[in-house]
Amino acid sequence: MRISLRRRSVLPGFGLTMGLTLTYLSLIVLIPLAALLLKSTTMEPSRFWQTVTDPRVLASYRLSFTASAVAAAVNAVFGFIVAWTLVRYTFPGKKLIDAMVDLPFALPTAVSGIALTAIYAPGGWLGRWLAPLGIEAAYTPIGITIALTLIGLPFVVRTLQPALADLDPEIEEAAASLGANRLQAFCRVILPAVFPTLLTGFALAFARGLGEYGSVVFIAGNMPMKTEIAPLLIVTKLEQYDVAGATAIAVVMLAASFVLLLAINGLQWWSARHATA
Amino acid sequence: MVERAARHCVGRREKGTGSVALKKPSDLQEGATATVPVPFFRTKTFHEIPMSTIPITIHVPTVPARRVTAMTTEPRWVRGLLIGTTLVFLGVFLFLPLAAVFAQAMGKGVAAYFHALGDRDALAAIRLTLVVAIIAVPASAMVGLAAAWAIGKFQFVGRSLLITIIDLPFTVSPVIAGLIFVLLFGRQGWLGPWLDAHGIHVIFAVPGIVLATLFVTFPFVAREVIPLMQAQGTEEEEAARVLGASGWQIFRRVTFPNVKWALLYGVILCNARAMGEFGAVSVVSGHIRGCTNTMPLHVEILYNDYEFAAAFAVASLLAVLALVTLVAKSLVKWHVSRQQAAGSRQ
Repeated sequence: MRISLRRRSVLPGFGLTMGLTLTYLSLIVLIPLAALLLKSTTMEPSRFWQTVTDPRVLASYRLSFTASAVAAAVNAVFGFIVAWTLVRYTFPGKKLIDAMVDLPFALPTAVSGIALTAIYAPGGWLGRWLAPLGIEAAYTPIGITIALTLIGLPFVVRTLQPALADLDPEIEEAAASLGANRLQAFCRVILPAVFPTLLTGFALAFARGLGEYGSVVFIAGNMPMKTEIAPLLIVTKLEQYDVAGATAIAVVMLAASFVLLLAINGLQWWSARHATA
Repeated sequence: MVERAARHCVGRREKGTGSVALKKPSDLQEGATATVPVPFFRTKTFHEIPMSTIPITIHVPTVPARRVTAMTTEPRWVRGLLIGTTLVFLGVFLFLPLAAVFAQAMGKGVAAYFHALGDRDALAAIRLTLVVAIIAVPASAMVGLAAAWAIGKFQFVGRSLLITIIDLPFTVSPVIAGLIFVLLFGRQGWLGPWLDAHGIHVIFAVPGIVLATLFVTFPFVAREVIPLMQAQGTEEEEAARVLGASGWQIFRRVTFPNVKWALLYGVILCNARAMGEFGAVSVVSGHIRGCTNTMPLHVEILYNDYEFAAAFAVASLLAVLALVTLVAKSLVKWHVSRQQAAGSRQ
């Protein structure tokens, strides 16, 4: 008996399309990524360790992680409100607003970067109101967080929208008829039901924030130890022809992304199970 | 059962019969005729999905619609507060930056605006951006369709792993996407010495920019079309096969019409990313004015040279591109949901 890796089908073209996909995927994605890992293995372990634990590099990790986490948390709260109003309420201009949520996907990151800088710079539209309050947004970690909030917003909203739309109104009615007020129904019934989805949206926004470059570099000010994000440090090392150093930092970032990817897949598995339970 | 369905799903009350076209909505209102879509599949992350509706006609007793609504919505002031919060939040984070781009672009007057766009280096950047998109978008579309055919129409071991790998470029930082090509083709890279000896330039030249763009745009079409091909199954294609159609005929006459809107949707998003990519391209480009600068890179150079009005002028073109992308995307989405609503009414 011949063991087949593929269930028999009368349709043609499997070999051709699969071959094309795998070839393209290998040439464009897998081999280049493998080159990164291979390059890092050619480094001496002590040198690798020294590079990735350099105080300046550690500061950039800390900044990238903190800013991404704060931005994702802001998005989790406000993105939830946005998704909620878009799913549940009707108001004039709703369709336009709904379409605009995808703007951060469509707008090149460099453009959002310089636009945010112009707005939050000391003389800018919002910067001039923030300055008297003693808040400096541009060229500080606050500015970085603002840029990452903009970038992560659609991830939370678009992840939550279908989940909120799918909620069974019956469970809310049951809660209401059992005497729960609206806030109780929200906290005890609605929020637990969509919590895994909310967490997925948070993780997606966080993962995107970690790797984000274009929108951050303009508003960050890029001062070593203070406002230098990890992706920028990779670019800086490359510009100094320190390819090995850039590779080492990139491998650490890549490992972090993979851990997040695993977490996201786990979350999605959890929320799918949650939904059917 | 009937009551449950009625509460769950409301729609048009037909006069006299007491029957209701079953739809899934949260706004329970008498006399509402809107067709409310139910998602029939959901992609993993962010793009919304073609929708379908479930047309079922059931018998309902008169349902006190209002009462149910009041139970499952918030007081008026809460609704107002939440809508207000949404508008302010999106206003600050989406509308304000967009407005800032155009305001700054026009900051030195219309003449300066067009002067900045007519600049030789700006025109070269626009041309290079178009060239990159013309190569990257069809390539991603073609491979995306091939991947969707293999993954959507066949069962094989490692299918879900393949889907995860296709999503990989979304997870990788754009900067790393650029770095990997520097490692392969750069002067200190694996193939660098050989390329140097043969006079081929990849890094700090157009081929590198194209490669980096191919990397970051790869998943866009595939992830739109794969779920749709999976959801549609293989029955129609098998019928065509039995009727004697060749592989190409099956694809052109049966599969393609079914996925063309999802394909278009993916192409629109792919194009936006191809033209707007910054991080990956910035690493491999070398920033040679008039030669290896795409539009986003040109924006950066002008901005760093303190030519703000010119930087925003070029940026405004990209912002217009983003708006066109959003409009096209919404049109495709509305078209698909209308088409499916019409299909389900027949």
